Amino acid sequence: MDTTTAIFAAMLMPLVALGGNMAFAHRENLRDGLTFASALGTFGFVLVILCNVGNGTTEAVTLLTVFPGIDIAFNVEPLGLLFAIVASGLWILTHIYGVGYMRGNNEKHHARFFACFAVAISSVMGIAFSSNMFTLFLFYEILTVSTYPLVAHKGTPEAIRGARTYLAILIGTSIALQLTAVIWTFVLTGTLDFTQGGILAGKATGWVVPVLLGLYAFGIGKAALMPFHKWLPAAMVAPTPVSALLHAVAVVKAGVFTMLKVGVYIFGIDFLAQTGASEWLMWLAAYSIIAASVVAMYQDNLKKRLAYSTISQLSYITLGMALASSAGALGGGLHIAMHAMGKITLFMCAGAIYVRYHKTEISDMVGLGRAMPITFIAFLIGALSIIGLPPLGGSWPKFLLMIGALDSGYIIIIAVLALSSLLNVAYLIPIVARAFFLPAPEGQPNTYGEAPLLVWLPPALTAAGCVILFFYAGVLQDFLAPIVTTGGYDAQ
Amino acid sequence: MSELFDLRFLADHAHYFLFIVLMMTGLYIVVDKTNLVKKIVGLNIFQVSVFMFYISIGKVSGGTAPILPMDDKFHVDTEAMAGIAYSNPLPHVLILTAIVVGIATTSLGLALIVRIREAFDTIDEEDITHIEQDMTREDNAKHGNAMGGMA
Amino acid sequence: MAVEPHTVEHTARTLMDHLPVLQVLIPFCTGPIIVFLGSRRLAWPLAFVASALSLIVSLMLLWQVKDGGYIAYTLGGWEPPLGIEYRIDAANAFVLMLISLIGTITLPYALISVADEIKRRDHTLFYACWMLCFTGLLGMVATADAFNVFVFLEISSLSTYVLVAMGADRDRRALTAAYDYLIMGTIGATFFVIGLGMIYMATGTLNMADIADRLADQGANRTVRSGFAFVIVGMGLKIAMFPLHLWLPKAYVFAPSAVTVFLAATATKAAIYVMLRFTFSVYRPEFTYATNTLEMIFLPLAVIAMFSASFVAAFQTNFKRMLAYSSVAQIGYILLGVAILNETGLTAGIVHLFNHGITKALMFMGVGAFVLRAGGSFYAQIAGLGRQMPLTGAALVIGGLSLIGVPGTAGFISKWYLVQAAFERAPDNPMYLAIAVSVVLSSLLAVVYVWRAFEAMYLMAPATDIRAKEAPLLMLVPMWVLAIACIWFGIDTDLIAGAAAQAAAGLFEGSQGMLEMKGAVH
Repeated sequence: MDTTTAIFAAMLMPLVALGGNMAFAHRENLRDGLTFASALGTFGFVLVILCNVGNGTTEAVTLLTVFPGIDIAFNVEPLGLLFAIVASGLWILTHIYGVGYMRGNNEKHHARFFACFAVAISSVMGIAFSSNMFTLFLFYEILTVSTYPLVAHKGTPEAIRGARTYLAILIGTSIALQLTAVIWTFVLTGTLDFTQGGILAGKATGWVVPVLLGLYAFGIGKAALMPFHKWLPAAMVAPTPVSALLHAVAVVKAGVFTMLKVGVYIFGIDFLAQTGASEWLMWLAAYSIIAASVVAMYQDNLKKRLAYSTISQLSYITLGMALASSAGALGGGLHIAMHAMGKITLFMCAGAIYVRYHKTEISDMVGLGRAMPITFIAFLIGALSIIGLPPLGGSWPKFLLMIGALDSGYIIIIAVLALSSLLNVAYLIPIVARAFFLPAPEGQPNTYGEAPLLVWLPPALTAAGCVILFFYAGVLQDFLAPIVTTGGYDAQ
Repeated sequence: MSELFDLRFLADHAHYFLFIVLMMTGLYIVVDKTNLVKKIVGLNIFQVSVFMFYISIGKVSGGTAPILPMDDKFHVDTEAMAGIAYSNPLPHVLILTAIVVGIATTSLGLALIVRIREAFDTIDEEDITHIEQDMTREDNAKHGNAMGGMA
Repeated sequence: MAVEPHTVEHTARTLMDHLPVLQVLIPFCTGPIIVFLGSRRLAWPLAFVASALSLIVSLMLLWQVKDGGYIAYTLGGWEPPLGIEYRIDAANAFVLMLISLIGTITLPYALISVADEIKRRDHTLFYACWMLCFTGLLGMVATADAFNVFVFLEISSLSTYVLVAMGADRDRRALTAAYDYLIMGTIGATFFVIGLGMIYMATGTLNMADIADRLADQGANRTVRSGFAFVIVGMGLKIAMFPLHLWLPKAYVFAPSAVTVFLAATATKAAIYVMLRFTFSVYRPEFTYATNTLEMIFLPLAVIAMFSASFVAAFQTNFKRMLAYSSVAQIGYILLGVAILNETGLTAGIVHLFNHGITKALMFMGVGAFVLRAGGSFYAQIAGLGRQMPLTGAALVIGGLSLIGVPGTAGFISKWYLVQAAFERAPDNPMYLAIAVSVVLSSLLAVVYVWRAFEAMYLMAPATDIRAKEAPLLMLVPMWVLAIACIWFGIDTDLIAGAAAQAAAGLFEGSQGMLEMKGAVH
């Protein structure tokens, strides 16, 4: 199968699930089975692309021209392919988990839920394979709109409020800031294509560069850079599968992925380094890392704590871009995969606890470890990966980011990274420790009682994934290397 | 400045002043009166002022009525025409159209007033406004604030 | 580009040569025919056939001029400037197409909506008035004679007042809405005539191209400037340009649903076209007072309209009223595009003219369907209807997203052009950066008001236990044609943006072209 077909197939496959859910809204097994098949199919097509292209970059395929100079076009390049693999691969697990969660929890409107989920995944594929900023922006907005019903899913006033915040910040930043930045870029350069080494070099000068970078950095609200991070905790009212796949993997990663794309292919790492335009962004990201970690420590709601942890971790990736060095950008790219694997584990565990014992507050989870050993062990592994301890995947991107900071000469960033790791320990490990080592209070089950198989198996698998990724990090790093190795703008 | 007080100038432009006075009178009536029929009257005065404006600009000084002299065979007598200045007939023609439009507007306005009187039992704008405000309040009491704590 | 005028001899033989006048004549004759036949059963089919024929004619006209050039048609063979001339170029062919398209799409929708909202005995007269309104709008756009514009303006206005008043069967406030509109509209039209009178005083002609010619020769003077001011204020009232928009919300809310759909998408648009024609072709941008008017009056007013009307819309509890205020704001976008005064800006204005036309028509159609099922358009009345009427709801969602300007919808394309136009002027005047930002910021207000409607449709508990049925097919089809158009024109901009760019280019150089053309005609 040729790559072009595979790209479109990967984007269309989730829509099969959409159609299936709409057509068979009341036939549970058929509907969920069809969605599972389409998840497998999507992942399969992404793998086909991987086999065909490897870590090369393909020519852009234009679907249609919207107006002169602006196409809806797609191509494959390592960063996007990695993102697509992560999102589509984890969709399979999340779907299994989602079926278990939705049934185990007696949630309503399953068909609508899985349909919107499928549209979201389809737009993530679009984001991953888009070959210019316009296409990316198009799918970015579709992603926002298609995830809104998922956040508002429960229909309670609280859910609606949360969904409003979600929408207000994501649509608000993207239209007010990102769109402005995109059009400005277009007016300055006459193109929006992602180009190795950037397109802005020589076209933008002086104050325009940092202002434009600011419009992008804040405009990509999905990257949850402070102060536009509030939507992420607000989105935690959604059912846990949504939080797990979308708000730990697909949506937030779409944000930082866009951020990396903008940094690497619109501005160009060398151009950023030369103009120093991204220095303020680096400090802001560093601040986000620390501040969000501190806030996380004070959250008693488990999902909210994880959300703040995500905000902190996303800023690692923004930081990687803002460091304007090859190692930094690579570390950022690697972190997309590593953090995804770790954080989805944590969220699935949180959901498992909710399905089985309906507990959402950390203070209520004391002594729960004996009842749900698998869940809590998986949680521990995920947590350790997030913290960045070997032998878990999460340790590599931190290492690369530190090298990047050294390359750029910001020693203090290394201290920030180290401090952040300590804070991670402080807000993640006590959850597990109290669950295992403190006695369960009166009236709480003390004997084995895991969540249903469909709910505990996926996090166990992703936890294993965290370990495996540690040993394959080198492969991933080589895979991503082309995004920074070939030429700066000088070469063109 | 002195030109403004030049009597000759004022006399030459007298029709403009007439036009402006009429126009403003008409507009004032439309804005000020609360009786719907009087508003229509004001609108008519306003429109008539424009008709006069148009007709007055068609006048050519020393010009006569634009009726062409004919010879016995009812052909235009070009010889007799020589040296005669005619007023411009076009504005008159235009205004014929505008008058028709004006009549249509007036009759439609009056028809509406008849319907309004049937529906509201008054043709006074203030009374109608009161009635409508009450209706709006009623609507709001019934539907407007019913956003269920979500507004 | 050599403009080779396609003049029509008055001995024109083929039907094709008569297209410009047929455009206006078909609905013009259909109106009286409907009245004279007096048959309720025939009224709608006749009106629909006439609209469809108009649509075909307008598409044929657009096809002929979409790559530049124009068609001049002299009525009755009387040579301009004395005779009345119709002149079709890319700009007005485009607007003609919009008007006849909306007219044709709205009529099937109107069949059921009108049967529900208006007394049976009035139906024939309703469709006759509809045809006259249609005629007036088409005529205003097609003609190249300034006074003829006034005549058609009044034909459309008078019939519009009647159409709005027909809403009285549901709510008596429609009568006062129509009356207010009549007073305001007549003042506006009369202002327009005063302006024409002054122009006529200064130039002695009423043919637009001829006026442009003579103005170019004699330059500006006070009469000419006052004439311009009167024309702009007069048209501003018809356009509902902020702050002359006061008649609009009430008229849109209380008019029958089908009438609102038609008016919202066409009436203000035709008036905008006339204003464009006067500012760019008759007066041309070279006259500094024309550009000053645009930059110093239109620009701030447009920005104020965008924000204030959107803000007001966000607080409405009635869907229809919200959309009416949104229209005032969207007209602000169109005028802003024009006032930015470059070709991209003008293109943005014309593109938005079309995109907003189809979007707003779609939205009002959806609300009309809700009114049919729920009896009113307050949010509390339509609560939960989006779930009960999924197809209507989905169409409204598409329309709402297009109103916001979400990528992939028609509304996005206009916003893109608008912001791009502002950025293009930014290098020589940094104020335009603020303009660009104001466009995107005000669309955030659109998010607020559109989302309030969405929440009412989908998330609020229904007001009654009775499940509303889906809208009838005759309403759904027009809605979905427009919904698909909203998406189609958001992705494939070839047709609309292409024609709009051609129209903008024509308007921008319009006066020059007209000078040359003048030479060719005489």
